[in-house]
Amino acid sequence: MSMRKVAVVGAGMTKFVRRAQETGKELSFEATKMALETCDLTLDQVDCVVHGTAPDSFDGVHMKGEYLADGSGAWRKPYTRCYVGGGTGVFTPIHGWYHVASGLFDICLVVCEEKMSSCQPHPQGAFLTIFDHTTERPLEPNLLWIFAMEMNRYMHTYGLKKEDIALVSVKNKRNAADHPCSLLGDPDITVEDVLNSPVLAWPVQRLDVSPVTDGAVALVLAAEHVARRISDKPVWIEGVGWNLDTTYWTNRDLCYPRYVEKAARMAYDMAGITEPRKQIHIAEPYDPFDYKELHHLEGLMLFDRGKAPEATALGITQRDGDLPVCPSGGLLGVGNPIAAAGLMKVAELFWQLRGEAGGRQVPGQPKRGVAQAWGDLMQVGTVIVMGA
Amino acid sequence: MTAKIERFPGTYLKESDFKEKKVLFTEWDPNAQYAWDAGVAIGRYLRELKEGRLIGVRCNKCNRTVIPPRTVCEWCFRTMDDWVYLPDTGTVNTFSLCYVTWDMQYPEEPEIPAVIDIDGTKPAVGIMHMLGEVDPKNVQIGMKVQAVWKPPKEREGSILDIKYFKPLDE
Repeated sequence: MSMRKVAVVGAGMTKFVRRAQETGKELSFEATKMALETCDLTLDQVDCVVHGTAPDSFDGVHMKGEYLADGSGAWRKPYTRCYVGGGTGVFTPIHGWYHVASGLFDICLVVCEEKMSSCQPHPQGAFLTIFDHTTERPLEPNLLWIFAMEMNRYMHTYGLKKEDIALVSVKNKRNAADHPCSLLGDPDITVEDVLNSPVLAWPVQRLDVSPVTDGAVALVLAAEHVARRISDKPVWIEGVGWNLDTTYWTNRDLCYPRYVEKAARMAYDMAGITEPRKQIHIAEPYDPFDYKELHHLEGLMLFDRGKAPEATALGITQRDGDLPVCPSGGLLGVGNPIAAAGLMKVAELFWQLRGEAGGRQVPGQPKRGVAQAWGDLMQVGTVIVMGA
Repeated sequence: MTAKIERFPGTYLKESDFKEKKVLFTEWDPNAQYAWDAGVAIGRYLRELKEGRLIGVRCNKCNRTVIPPRTVCEWCFRTMDDWVYLPDTGTVNTFSLCYVTWDMQYPEEPEIPAVIDIDGTKPAVGIMHMLGEVDPKNVQIGMKVQAVWKPPKEREGSILDIKYFKPLDE
């Protein structure tokens, strides 16, 4: 394939908050403006804009992509909005990547925004429509059910305890204490705090799950010849992958995310990665629940099946461990404004690989990282590999 | 960069800001109504449920027998070959004890949703339903269960024609 090299040259984000005074359009503008300023570009130099955001029913705004377009700098530009469930935040920069890699555009703005607080009394009301309308919704399902059942299956298959999994929540919320935009950073949280938090849907307890959040993140992508001119430290998008499993989720093996593995293999092949455990220095897997980080680390083939909990207990995934995982603080710590949360992970790799992550900086000058997101009916995997 | 930026945008609102109407907002309560066609495969599934039977479909190419039924084998992308009646017994693949409803109500007794692998499917695959007539403390993955049906006159061709699955007496 003949594809141009594409780099991330700028990034910006808003604080992640439970409920923002700003509208989605205003949040998008703040993140986009910051991303452009950090690489000294102006909007007239941008060739196209891509946007990622959750379904219209979340905000009760039909054609939300069009509504948000003004805030993300898309006025009178080639513009598309994309959505693949929770996988959107990592898919949107992939969508931007092929705009530039193809040769069609030189500079692409990538913007992800989510305003979850508008949906009352809880955005679960909008989430519920993902269940099959005839065979499942009459049971009045609660969105937590599927995650609780997947977590239970994962724990049962590998003989794991709640304590093994709570360590992820503790690590990420502690990491997030160093993130200036975080909603739930807490340097003092303990495993006991997680185990003593209210049971929502056993085995899921309150502190196993990420919060409803408002926020926006933006990146600037550039083709190689532009990136080298405008940036002294471009971070290259080396590989991208995405994959979708069936919506017959009760027919699937819930203990292993095969679709994440397939997305990762696509991205690793493109990046020339043959031994991910040696060649990847930082991972930002999707962690809306603590068990999901473990599930995804295994799907990304960074640990053997069922072995990510042991690696977590040994401290391997700590910020100063052999494979730092979610040094940002992840969704559990920074927050989970769905599409923006995934793009936050890609932005974190950008900052980490440039050595600009401040108090969150992973030691040892990491050279390559992987970010991954996941969503829909536990069926989509989206993966990006980035290198300094 | 995050190390260089001193102030990030985004203004946090407190719950009380809304309750005390310190900020302005508008509300909308949509009245969205739909009538979904059951379709060919699920239409048959519902008719069989009304008769107190479970039915799945078989693909002779990949040798799978699956439930809920579908017209197309998603693995082989070809029309399913046969309808297959299945027993109303199965095994708990996974479950949850759920103490919260979607709209943040907290019932005292948990609901017990489960994925139940239905006997006769190949490889074993399941449907989502509820467990009943069981102490939440005693629910286990691997437990054998059987459907508890509504009386025939009350059945209307719905997944709710099965009230729940209960532990199988052995």
